[in-house]
Amino acid sequence: MARYVLAIDAVTSPARASLRSVRPDMLALAVLLAIVVFLVIGLSQAFGPAPATQAISLSPGVLPMYAVRTTLRMLAALVASLIFTFTYATAAAKSRRAEVVLIPLLDVLQSVPVLGYLSFTVVFFMSLFPGRALGAELAAVFAIFTSQAWNMAFSFYQSLRTTPHDLDEAARAFRLTAWQRFWRLDAPFAMPGLVWNMMMSMSGGWFFVVASEAISVGDTRITLPGIGSYVARAVEERDLGAIGWAVAAMTCAIVVYDQLLFRPLVAWTDRFRVEQTAATVVPRSWLVELFRRASHVRRAGAWIGSGMQHVARARLALPHHRASRHRSAADMLWYLGVVAVTALLAWRIAQTLAPALSRSDLERALVGGGFTLLRVVVLIALATLVWVPIGVAIGLRPRLAEKVQPLAQFLAAFPANVLFPLAVYAIVKLGLRAELWLSPLMILGTQWYILFNVIAGASAFPTDLREAAATYRVHGWKWWRDVMLPGVFPYYVTGAITASGGAWNASIVSEAVSWGPTKLHATGLGAYIAEMTERGDFARIALGVIVMAVLVIAMNRLLWRPLYAFAERRTRLD
Amino acid sequence: MTVPTPILELSAIDKTFAKPTGEPLRVLANVDLALQEQEILGLLGRSGSGKSTLLRIGAGLLPPSSGSVRYCGKPLVGPSAGIAVVFQTFALFPWLTVLENVALGLDALGLPLHDARERATAAIDLIGLDGFESAYPRELSGGMRQRVGFARALVTDPIVLLMDEPFSALDVLTAETLRAEFLDLWVEHRLPTKAMLLVTHNIEEAVLMCDRIVVLASHPGRVVAEITVPLPRPRNRTDPAFHRVVDEIYSILTAHVPRGTEAHPLRSPLAQPLPPLSINRMVGLARGLAAHGGRAELPDLAHRLALEIDDLFPIADAMHILGFAELEDGSIKLTAAGRMFAESNTDERKRLFAQHLVQFVPLAALVRRVLEERPNHRAPLVRFESELEVHLTRPDAARTMEAIIGWGRYAEVFEYDDEAREFSLGQK
Repeated sequence: MARYVLAIDAVTSPARASLRSVRPDMLALAVLLAIVVFLVIGLSQAFGPAPATQAISLSPGVLPMYAVRTTLRMLAALVASLIFTFTYATAAAKSRRAEVVLIPLLDVLQSVPVLGYLSFTVVFFMSLFPGRALGAELAAVFAIFTSQAWNMAFSFYQSLRTTPHDLDEAARAFRLTAWQRFWRLDAPFAMPGLVWNMMMSMSGGWFFVVASEAISVGDTRITLPGIGSYVARAVEERDLGAIGWAVAAMTCAIVVYDQLLFRPLVAWTDRFRVEQTAATVVPRSWLVELFRRASHVRRAGAWIGSGMQHVARARLALPHHRASRHRSAADMLWYLGVVAVTALLAWRIAQTLAPALSRSDLERALVGGGFTLLRVVVLIALATLVWVPIGVAIGLRPRLAEKVQPLAQFLAAFPANVLFPLAVYAIVKLGLRAELWLSPLMILGTQWYILFNVIAGASAFPTDLREAAATYRVHGWKWWRDVMLPGVFPYYVTGAITASGGAWNASIVSEAVSWGPTKLHATGLGAYIAEMTERGDFARIALGVIVMAVLVIAMNRLLWRPLYAFAERRTRLD
Repeated sequence: MTVPTPILELSAIDKTFAKPTGEPLRVLANVDLALQEQEILGLLGRSGSGKSTLLRIGAGLLPPSSGSVRYCGKPLVGPSAGIAVVFQTFALFPWLTVLENVALGLDALGLPLHDARERATAAIDLIGLDGFESAYPRELSGGMRQRVGFARALVTDPIVLLMDEPFSALDVLTAETLRAEFLDLWVEHRLPTKAMLLVTHNIEEAVLMCDRIVVLASHPGRVVAEITVPLPRPRNRTDPAFHRVVDEIYSILTAHVPRGTEAHPLRSPLAQPLPPLSINRMVGLARGLAAHGGRAELPDLAHRLALEIDDLFPIADAMHILGFAELEDGSIKLTAAGRMFAESNTDERKRLFAQHLVQFVPLAALVRRVLEERPNHRAPLVRFESELEVHLTRPDAARTMEAIIGWGRYAEVFEYDDEAREFSLGQK
């Protein structure tokens, strides 16, 4: 239909054509205007003198505004993550000395449970703006930031290290300055990977923004207007209807965010693919199409575009650091210095924590860690058994996969903690055992990563291999073992890594939950951290966080990385 | 008569890269090269002759280990205005349009956007790309992409144009068209450029385009011959004089290929890099030769089999190394064993190949001997890889190991388990 309209445009007189293009213009302007209005209102409230604890109304009428506030926090964190990515990863990629510090640090940061140190950051940011909402806002934004910045930076760093050799030579031969090179080569080349990672971490972001809007650390109580605090209030009031409204609002927020931000981004980054072949499936976005057809708006856009061209072409002479790979005595000194400072920091932390803690604390944290580890392993195994066959079944039916895939991605993005109250309500009403039945909550939100990755893997499975298997009548278990499982394995591992990381984080909010005055509690490290956060016992929070980080790192090193390497080596189809 | 100052002068160039073991590996040895005004200079050599490395040194992209590079009489440090490069892989930025890609050449000059666009458009017109300004590289065919590569280089009005195998990624017809059009521009003096350096492995291309050809030998790269091409332009491939020059270069390039067992006395027999070639290609060549009386001139053979020298030479080399053929003076001759190799059935051919592999390839003999000596008849890949890396660069060592694994598996001289990265004798 759209194609038909365009064809008519081409033959009509200029006057009529311009009349026609007014409609897309109006629409585009309306979208722009709506975005600006919401931005202004949301920002003015965030920067206003409002106190950190605000009364939360349960009336459904306030939910749209709450959703905007929640979404704005996501957006702010995204901008912060981008700035962090561009600077941190660039420094790590261009300077070998920075690299030896920054990359291992990133690796550790990635494994630390975000919700674990939320208490520290809340106290820190509140002290920056005492009594004002801005401090709490920053703490919430920071929580989302920490859930997405690390892997974005990693992705960008990887891209910078693998820029195609010939493009690098061309950039040098034509003597681009470091600034020109960054915008002409480095950033565009990294864009597809970066956007993909942004999308993956966005899902985590919704989870953390909801969790960080209503928290109490010791005596400090924070409620920021948003969907998260709305849910928290609904739980206190035991208002099941309000929870339903929150779920609806959250759904709208995610869909709008996806349509207005990520779809256009993905459609736009398609041009940055390095493969020199035309794509078979070109990602599309109605928003991008709309703005393309809105000629007046586009003209304004072109003006901005040429401004950006000017910026990218500027011959800013930044210090151009050619990373030579020679080791020198100065480097050795630098490494020694790094090791010394790290040791000193570790010692200071131990010194601060030691007097406040006893052996029994460590034992409690370790036992809790064991329980949580058991939950994570069992749940990932269960999710695998359920979702791998289903994912394969869906992925092998392209038309079904096309419909299910966006749904699975939406479910992965949906913050499961908004749904927790429903599960808790059911557990309370049915009198189920909390120790056992709280466990599934951990994986409620993250199991979908396994599903949609397996669907992607099965869809990408080469038809000729399937036909070969059918020709030689490979059936039953043999078909799974020799044909399909190796085919989807790399995809599965990718999904399972994300799911397991998410489950660890979720344990902090899912092992200790409440429904009004009723509190449910399961033994585990997550519950331990949650309990200590409520008490404001910083030494024990730190202990819990460290134990969890160590467990996560150990699991990554001992299980996921070898599996990933195996998948890379043996079962890649190319 | 006074000798004019060369525009680009490389003198006594040495380039060494660090081997994995830390020792230096010499890639270029004492190379002199002078690019004169109004000439197209060809740089011809087989893979491993360091010709592309030499071009990069001339472009200021790589510093030489020793020796000097002078551009217009002044020492060259790093890429300079006035020197432009055309790349084998085109090196276009996929996210920039044709116009933006071409204008990229001007970014470093800091021209106003408007002027840059104007000049880029002029270069696009010159090179025959009008109408494609807003296209992205992925929408273009290979030939059109390389036109963008040329336009981007020419937009800066370079004094020297360095071309690194600019036509080798194109199909034969497209390459021919582009070459002809480009030569026309040059002959009609429509290019701002004063001199050009063309790196190529295609002998006919060099003879067609260049005024002078410098031939490099491999390992390490060094100048072995310099040939002036006296033919008038436009040149004709069917001209007997054209053929004489081509034949002359072929015989220079095949003059000296040592066998593993008769290698230089000072170098270890393991120092010979081997090409990872499938046995099928050797059988194909052997049969092709046997069908034509067991002997052929390389240019004819290349033509008949539609192969370029970079494809033909490794096969010929491998057959020479294995004692199935003799290479000399630009011709290849099957040995008696080579004739048997061509005409025997699968099992016999395997046996013959195994025999020759152990006899003529010291590395294969070494692997076999080590396996026999060890009680469990197993040896890890690294055992040989590390020994090889003493003599070869890491990529060469890896390619040689790949070759030896493929040949050894085919000949059933030993087995190899890629999962364990381990050689074994196998159950026989």
